[in-house]
Amino acid sequence: MALLEIRNLSVTFRTRGGLFKAVDGVDIVVEPNEVLAIVGESGSGKSVAMLAVMGLLPWTADVTADAMLFDGQDLQTLKPAERRKIIGKDMSMIFQEPMSSLNPCFTVGFQIGEALKTHLGMDKAQRKVRTLELLDQVGITDPERRLAAFPHQLSGGMSQRVMIAMALSCRPKLLIADEPSTALDVTIQAQILDLLVSLKRETGMALVLITHDMGVVAETAERVIVQYAGRQVEQSATIPLFADPHHPYTHGLLAALPERATSSRLPTIPGMVPGQFNRPAGCLFAPRCAHASAICHTTPPPKAGAAMGEALCWTPLVNGMPVGKGAAA
Amino acid sequence: MLIHFLKRLALTIPTFFALMFITFIAIRLVPGDPVEVRVGERGISPERLAQFRAELGLDQPVWKQFLDYVWGILHGDFGKSLVTNEKVMTEFFTLFPATIELSFAAMMFATIIGIPAGAIAAVKRGSRFDQTLMGLSVAGFSMPIFWWGLLLIMLVAERLHLTPVSGRIDLIKFYFEPVTGFMLIDALLSDQKGAFKDALHHLILPMIVLGTVPLAVIARMTRSSMLEVLSEDYVRTARAKGLSPARVIGLHALRNALIPVVTVIGLSVGSLMAGAVLTETIFSWPGVGKWLIEAIGRRDYPALQGGVMLISAIVILVNLGVDVLYGVINPRIRHGA
Ligand SMILES: Nc1ncnc2c1ncn2[C@@H]1O[C@H](COP(=O)(O)OP(=O)(O)OP(=O)(O)O)[C@@H](O)[C@H]1O
Ligand SMILES: [Mg+2]
Repeated sequence: MALLEIRNLSVTFRTRGGLFKAVDGVDIVVEPNEVLAIVGESGSGKSVAMLAVMGLLPWTADVTADAMLFDGQDLQTLKPAERRKIIGKDMSMIFQEPMSSLNPCFTVGFQIGEALKTHLGMDKAQRKVRTLELLDQVGITDPERRLAAFPHQLSGGMSQRVMIAMALSCRPKLLIADEPSTALDVTIQAQILDLLVSLKRETGMALVLITHDMGVVAETAERVIVQYAGRQVEQSATIPLFADPHHPYTHGLLAALPERATSSRLPTIPGMVPGQFNRPAGCLFAPRCAHASAICHTTPPPKAGAAMGEALCWTPLVNGMPVGKGAAA
Repeated sequence: MLIHFLKRLALTIPTFFALMFITFIAIRLVPGDPVEVRVGERGISPERLAQFRAELGLDQPVWKQFLDYVWGILHGDFGKSLVTNEKVMTEFFTLFPATIELSFAAMMFATIIGIPAGAIAAVKRGSRFDQTLMGLSVAGFSMPIFWWGLLLIMLVAERLHLTPVSGRIDLIKFYFEPVTGFMLIDALLSDQKGAFKDALHHLILPMIVLGTVPLAVIARMTRSSMLEVLSEDYVRTARAKGLSPARVIGLHALRNALIPVVTVIGLSVGSLMAGAVLTETIFSWPGVGKWLIEAIGRRDYPALQGGVMLISAIVILVNLGVDVLYGVINPRIRHGA
């Protein structure tokens, strides 16, 4: 049985400029002990989708889904108090901005200990032992001294390690890491990713890794979901996805990897992700797509079969070339 | 931290000198001097008048009077009241506990209601509660103390007979020697039945009158500070731990939201003193505020000058204290400087 099963998830924000669908019909399935990557440019709704799963969106967000199951429990019908027993314990999340995600008024030790107290009912002494163990596990040197440190005394990488320790404290079955290294500098980024992967191996938890870096995906993930402007445009196992991307957007992302570049200039995808006010009528990617035809601009595309990575495209690519033009219409 | 504190302390010295100068001048700009006020309309021989003036040192040139005054203060001598011939210091500190008691009660009233009200308004922003509270806070903030005090006396004390009209305790029923100067504490210590309750009854109205403006300020400030904090990443982190909303809001968010509120509370001590002068006068509350007003009426120069200086010194010290407290609740300051 899948650990997490989300079907047809949509999130709509009530904004001043009207309703805005930031996530539109996304399916996310995570098996136990698996690493799933969710990739996509900034603004493609990666964070919003996972925050919806955690139940952390602000009150301006309306979340709908056909199914939202975690570990056999239906997240949609759980009472808020019941749901709080899951998050931070069996399912936890670390965020994009480590520096601002720790509370400046409390010590590291206190902030890590909180979940231990709430979920596991540990007393002070037990919490201390476990916190030291966690700090050691995430590679913080001199953990004894760090317990009493305040967040402003930590570097970015150190803050993210503390965040990870906090998320791991109750031995979650699923860890969601939302671009855990974007805000950090390059060498630290690699360290944090290595840490996550090795922790995943040690603890046997499943990992959802949100990123916009295809290089990270190649190194860490077993399966990939590609998101674009709130829609899921392709999903497949990592190796076939890299070998033969079916959606032109995935193709573009991969072509932009430095190690795949064939000329001295890196290819880029022209244009930008459409925002709230400039949604195209047909395929959301059509304005930026090299293969777009008339129908792409007028009618939203269907989902291709599993063999084609469920690509949301009128003319999915095979070996970089569009096939079945018109066949799907 | 210590250096920071000493620097702040040094910065207050010019403030004190300016204050000395301004009170000294301002009092003398008011027409009439102590001797005239005392002599009144009765008339008196010019020789006797000159003698009085000489006794009080008022025949000296003004600059000489000022230098003498500054010299005295630098030696910790605030002179004697022209009316009672008591040392200004002694009078001040005999009456001061009454003022502290009133101000402290008013501040407690304002914080205990203002902080939760502001926090709830922020969490339920846009709700009926929020709108009502913000409306009331505008009204409270612009409430003239005199009018508000008289209104409450008329309604609550005169018409509904819920509280006494004035004073700190019913002097006909209760008498005991002041021990601490704080009526509530002394009443408890006196072991007289009902004394504490009676003192509390006397305190309620003045406390509300003096606490209304700070209450409005604190509620408003807590709300806006809380609104800002609620959208911070660390509040989301707290929720992601599965903590209860009470803990997320009451601990993680409020703790941060209070940092600016504490500063505001500390800085409002000055205006609280100003409010105390009016409130004490309305309610015949025997504190330094009422005493100062009487000193103005009698042109009691030393009492007035000394009282103003002492109150200013206290306000400045409290502000310094707030600085220190600010460091305690805000770790970034404590470790930074
Ligand atoms: N609280 C909110 N109210 C309104 N719109 C929001 C809110 N939060 C996010 N959005 C919008 O939803 C869209 C998706 O945002 P999201 O943060 O999920 O992007 P992302 O894929 O995580 O991007 P990034 O790589 O920059 O983190 C964006 O257009 C964003 O502006
Ligand atoms: Mg994001």
